[in-house]
Amino acid sequence: MSEQTPQPERSGPAIGADEWVARSGERARQRTGIVGRVQELYERVPKPAVFAFVVLLAVLVPLVTAQTDNDIYFLRVGTVALVFALLALGLNVAVGFAGLLDLGYIAYYGIGAYGYAFLSSDKFGIHWQAWLVLPLVVAVSALLGLLLALPSRRLVGDYLAIVTLFFGQIFYIIATQGYRISFLGLNEDLGFDRANWDLTGGPNGIANVDRLGVFGLEASSERAYFYITLTAVVVVFAVLTLANRSRTGRAWRALNDDTLAAQAMSMPVNWLKLLAVGVGAAVAALAGTINAALLQGAFPDDYNTQVLIIIYAMVILGGAGSLAGAVLGAFVVSVLMLEGLRPQTPIGDFTGNGRWVFYATILVVLVAAIRPWRRLAAILAGIVAFGVVVHAMVAVTTDRGTDGLLNMGPDEYSGGGPLGWLIRHWLALPAGTYELGSRNWFNFALVGLIALVLCLTVVKGWKRDALIVPTVWLAGFVWETRLAQETSGPTRFLLLGALLVGLMIARPQGLLGRPRVEIV
Amino acid sequence: MLGVLAYFQDFQLTWSYFFDQLVAGLTLGSLYGLIAIGYSMVYGILKLLNFAHGEVFMIGSYIGYFVLTWLGGAADPSIPVAATIALMFLAAMLGAGALGVVIERFAYRPLREKRASRIAPLISALGVSFFLQQLAVLLFGSAPKQYDAFAFDGGSLFTSVTIGPFRIQYMQLFVIVTTVCLMAALTVFIARTQVGRAMRATSFDLEAASMMGINVDRVIVVTFFIGSVLAGAAGVMNGLIFQNVNPYVGFQVGLIAFTAAVVGGIGSIPGAMLGGLAIGLGRSFSIGYVSSSYQDVIVFVILIAFLLLRPSGLFGTPAPQKV
Repeated sequence: MSEQTPQPERSGPAIGADEWVARSGERARQRTGIVGRVQELYERVPKPAVFAFVVLLAVLVPLVTAQTDNDIYFLRVGTVALVFALLALGLNVAVGFAGLLDLGYIAYYGIGAYGYAFLSSDKFGIHWQAWLVLPLVVAVSALLGLLLALPSRRLVGDYLAIVTLFFGQIFYIIATQGYRISFLGLNEDLGFDRANWDLTGGPNGIANVDRLGVFGLEASSERAYFYITLTAVVVVFAVLTLANRSRTGRAWRALNDDTLAAQAMSMPVNWLKLLAVGVGAAVAALAGTINAALLQGAFPDDYNTQVLIIIYAMVILGGAGSLAGAVLGAFVVSVLMLEGLRPQTPIGDFTGNGRWVFYATILVVLVAAIRPWRRLAAILAGIVAFGVVVHAMVAVTTDRGTDGLLNMGPDEYSGGGPLGWLIRHWLALPAGTYELGSRNWFNFALVGLIALVLCLTVVKGWKRDALIVPTVWLAGFVWETRLAQETSGPTRFLLLGALLVGLMIARPQGLLGRPRVEIV
Repeated sequence: MLGVLAYFQDFQLTWSYFFDQLVAGLTLGSLYGLIAIGYSMVYGILKLLNFAHGEVFMIGSYIGYFVLTWLGGAADPSIPVAATIALMFLAAMLGAGALGVVIERFAYRPLREKRASRIAPLISALGVSFFLQQLAVLLFGSAPKQYDAFAFDGGSLFTSVTIGPFRIQYMQLFVIVTTVCLMAALTVFIARTQVGRAMRATSFDLEAASMMGINVDRVIVVTFFIGSVLAGAAGVMNGLIFQNVNPYVGFQVGLIAFTAAVVGGIGSIPGAMLGGLAIGLGRSFSIGYVSSSYQDVIVFVILIAFLLLRPSGLFGTPAPQKV
């Protein structure tokens, strides 16, 4: 995460603030490294052409895939990524355009899902048509978004953050506790049939939700959902692109840059804030409806704070304020982190992708961050040599399989294929590493790794280069000893949390966002 | 109508029940107040909503647990009970304080130096909070760790003393007294010492303070340290009261404590303490008289009510926005 963009202002106020602001355009154009070159190429292509090309590509994906299990899994990953893209687009309105930290966003997603589940499932025996439910749920959610932002409208953005965060929590509490609602013990008097009224199904959620359908036509295949979600993403993307260019979009950006100045320019600041939250809520509700129909159920754990963090990571990684960035971020995080890190896929037979994703990401970050290539080559050689030397030293001093070295044969290709074999000869893994519940040395290594990474951000020059070597080795060690086995749980969120902090420090504009100019 | 009668009969509408709730509320309130001070102090100086503060509290609670285990557990501590508790507090406070300083140094200071946008530190804070939470899951496991009850003189910390209708556990007495002591120490520190004066000046106007020769970075470090020390103490108290600690406790309690800071008037230290007490009492009475599932909803309603009616909180002064 130690990507280096030239930051002249870091070295202190060499030039005055006014001049610094005046040169901002120059700095923004200044492109360096591979990321910069790719960006430059990308910018030469007209935007609508890129958009049409990507959409065409997405349309073709389900057509070329046959109906094997692997393909179905592939398609499902695509649909889930599209749902996340929709969510990221919606969050981008509040966070990216208007600069409001809306932490209750996940609740609107949940409201969409639960709203659809209430109105078209066996739960209450109501089976409304999707074209009726969809606008209703979206409108209700948008209205709730407006209402919720109302109390915090005259206050600074931080209050909005805390009110909305709390709102998200409340939603989750109601979703998990709402299966035994007791109106002060008066249920019978109020005409309910039971003392504990069941609204949300509690932790088990609502199952058997209807599929999306219009006039008797029902979407039942993976392909249909892929296309429905794709359509939603394309429409929302187009609408938001236009909105961004409109008067309101410009006003949002002005709000983001300087609320006070926007107000002085007689912009309806409060209304704009409410609108941003409301639009985001509407998009989230749409995503929620699709998700409920896709999973044929609404389950509370799909709508908790952890999912919120995932969506935030997507928007921030893609670059807050950039719609294409939001979609890109959604795909990167969803495909690589949520699916790629899975130890085993639910359908199909992809296994052990996590290892490739992990080491490839480290390599990509090193390549992108370290220049010139001579330095990079030296560091990579150092990493390999370091591992081999440590492995040899441990192999000499301790017996294989006792406490020093992994108890797997030196020529065994099973655990992880050739890559796994290579890694085992590079790392000195303790005995019992791949056994369930074994975590020898893991805690110390993890704390040590965090300390090393923190040190990396402080030291400069050759010391940093030297420090990268043991850091990468230790990262590999930590990954193999435990993280790889926890990829569906804590590992994912640990990495997401680190990603958020690292991005904010190293590259706040994300992949496709524009560097922000802070006017002092 | 029978239902209504039954409903009221369910509650022991007695003074002793009321006092029980009151004492429990004061205890909880002390806890929230201690954490809220950390939020409030940091916000007062940096205008930063430090989401990670709750996680510092959680780590403090874990440190207390590990010291307790290291000393042989509560049932059979290898040194006297008072010394064990003192050591737990000392280790948790220092550990949490160090963690707070590390967080400030590595997650917030780089952003400050870069003059990042206003939303950046918030997202960074969110990331730190999640990182620490999941780190605790990985290092300590997601299952709660049990703090055992101390036993001494034939009773335990949960034995009650009764004074008329008024009943209080040793534990609750201990928490309230400790909080009062810490508060007194903090007040003296802020009011009397040079560093305290620097903190007040920085909180009043960061830029002006730095022009007056105050080392603002050091003041911020001290602020984070003190806030985190108090959170660490609250962590041990939380462990002793609820007798367990889990990785998610920081997020839940942190959210409530932040609400306490808002209710009290963010930036104000006595406000944070009073806000904590108000939220603690509100929660305790809602558990005692309404329902235990929806205590957080009650806190939320209090928050919204305050934002609507008195956005600057109990003690805050509406700050005119400077251009």
